[in-house]
Amino acid sequence: MRCVDPGTDFSSWRDAARDLLAANIPPHEVMWEKAGGLFSSMVCEEPPPSLRIKVPAAFVELAHSVACHREPARWALLYRILWRLVREGERHLLVMANDADMAAARNLEKNVHREIHKMHAFVRFKLIDTDAETGRERYAAWFEPDHYIVADGAPFFKKRFANMDWSIFTPKGCAHWNGTLLTLTAGIPHNPVENPDALEAAWRTYYRNIFNPARLKVKAMQTEMPKRYWKNLPEADLIEELIGESGQRVNAMLAEAPRPVKPRPKNAYLDKLREQSAGES
Amino acid sequence: MELDTKLAILADAAKYDASCASSGAMRGNSLGGKGVGSTGGAGICHSYAPDGRCISLLKLLLTNLCIYDCHYCINRRSSNVRRAAFTAEEVVKLTLDFYKRNYIEGLFLSSGIIRNADYTMEMVIAVARTLRETHDFRGYIHLKTIPEASPELIETAARYADRISINLELPTQKSLDVLAPEKSIVRTQHAMGRIRNKLDEAHERRKGGDKKNRHATGQSTQVIVGADASTDADFLARSDDLYGNYKMRRVYYSAFSPIPEPSSLLPLKAPPLVREHRLYQADWLMRFYGFKTSEILSPETPNLDLELDPKLAWALRNRHDFPVDVQTATRETLLRVPGLGVRNVQRILQIRRFTRIRLADLVKLRVSLPKVQAFLKTADFNPASLLLDSDSLRARFLPKPQQLELFSADEMR
Repeated sequence: MRCVDPGTDFSSWRDAARDLLAANIPPHEVMWEKAGGLFSSMVCEEPPPSLRIKVPAAFVELAHSVACHREPARWALLYRILWRLVREGERHLLVMANDADMAAARNLEKNVHREIHKMHAFVRFKLIDTDAETGRERYAAWFEPDHYIVADGAPFFKKRFANMDWSIFTPKGCAHWNGTLLTLTAGIPHNPVENPDALEAAWRTYYRNIFNPARLKVKAMQTEMPKRYWKNLPEADLIEELIGESGQRVNAMLAEAPRPVKPRPKNAYLDKLREQSAGES
Repeated sequence: MELDTKLAILADAAKYDASCASSGAMRGNSLGGKGVGSTGGAGICHSYAPDGRCISLLKLLLTNLCIYDCHYCINRRSSNVRRAAFTAEEVVKLTLDFYKRNYIEGLFLSSGIIRNADYTMEMVIAVARTLRETHDFRGYIHLKTIPEASPELIETAARYADRISINLELPTQKSLDVLAPEKSIVRTQHAMGRIRNKLDEAHERRKGGDKKNRHATGQSTQVIVGADASTDADFLARSDDLYGNYKMRRVYYSAFSPIPEPSSLLPLKAPPLVREHRLYQADWLMRFYGFKTSEILSPETPNLDLELDPKLAWALRNRHDFPVDVQTATRETLLRVPGLGVRNVQRILQIRRFTRIRLADLVKLRVSLPKVQAFLKTADFNPASLLLDSDSLRARFLPKPQQLELFSADEMR
């Protein structure tokens, strides 16, 4: 058994995995463990010189995403799949959705993709200040992702908000854009932008009024917007209240007396439409 | 009137439009521009309301004043609902302010009909024009258009928008005559046909290399379910026509729900929401699973089974076609197996080249065994005995079977 440090992301794991593969070390002889971890006193052998190893592009893509997952077993899983692809010649492994390793990897990949998508959806920027000379605005947001997705999630914001400065702070890494450069920095433990934004009141008004109390589907909402995101969404503390009053609102609507049909007002435009319709039938 | 009050009234007035899609636009972003915005991805739902609907776009009416009298609509002229009107500038500012905070993908703008169709259309266009030209806004815009508006104005709207739509509302003229006397199915169809031609032309231009000129990439429409006696067969026949002849991206089915200020012409009871759901499932079967309307409904049974999803109901009616062999059946056949979705059929086709598929493999694909087992033969299971006792087969799936995975999570995007 040897202990190998996967580092923090795909590229550090890839370098380590490449060395192991070149040295023909099978997966069951590898313990993926951060340096300084529980088993770091075990002998960590010097890696042999690297060889060029060809792997399918689809694996690189998969591994890149899986590496972003917080699951500690991801490194071993990826190395197992890599070993089977390269050393055991399972050329079709990547399409074998029924394979236990592949099913597990695809599942992690799905979690990561979903979390990136949710980052794009649920990051809420707050206006910090406006440059008095240029008028350029600076925004900041606090987001708490489950996985290490800030690097993959950030370019979307660069493209969308190229002409404002922004920072997205998270415990798992931060991203900053100043109009020319996208920078990544280490995560921070606490929300540095706690004050509400001035537009949050209008957004809450919108949220309250776009809701249709006659179609309550709380489960459908929660499937797509799980509770763990709620604390950073300025609209989410309205949810309970909206659900609570919906029954009463529907009953009030149902109790309203039907309004009689009123005669058509004199209106030249409506007369014209009527003539047109008569000509059509 | 305070802006917050206007926002409350005009968001409330807009919420009966089910469409919130922000996908399928031309690819673009704000790099190299002056403003904000990007489009062309899968579409993003930035929030969800407790009604389960996604909030992707800022969905507003420019005004809820209206000279039409559509009885299912809270904004009809004979309703006493409180009226409000935004200025173009107010909508522009709200859109940009919300967008920069990443609350929304863009704007969905509709309006009550004021004065006449062209006047209203011009007001709506003015908002989109200001967003695009003054603010270089590159986010998503969906504009509701009016069939009676001049074709030139509708085309102008399409040039500022990513999607445009005209709501059909009811599937037959007979229904419209009762509930929406100003509306004409013929005029709507003519307008949709013209829009389709313009969308096709724009598509050709893009294929020819013209990537600069923004143009809407699709149109959609909405029908209201349960406000009158129209059957599911009426709706699906209409949808078939709309997808086939007018290339609708989507037909939205909106179950009529109680509104304040109800008209005496409306039914007292709202239809069950599951009817709307069944229509979406049937719609999906037509578009992605190769089903014909006539296979889903017949003149004898013009309404969908509320207890069973339409694919399962079809399979039970056609049980002589089952079981099918998971190892050898064609893609088309597998798509018709209850419990198998498009993605899992694709996976099965891939893995069966290398393996004899067993039940355990299906579990790995997260296929629901109780559902598929009656219809699918695997290397280690033949359901023939289940099918012999066919009378109990339907009962096996009642009262509420697991839902088909017809809807992916991005269904409303």
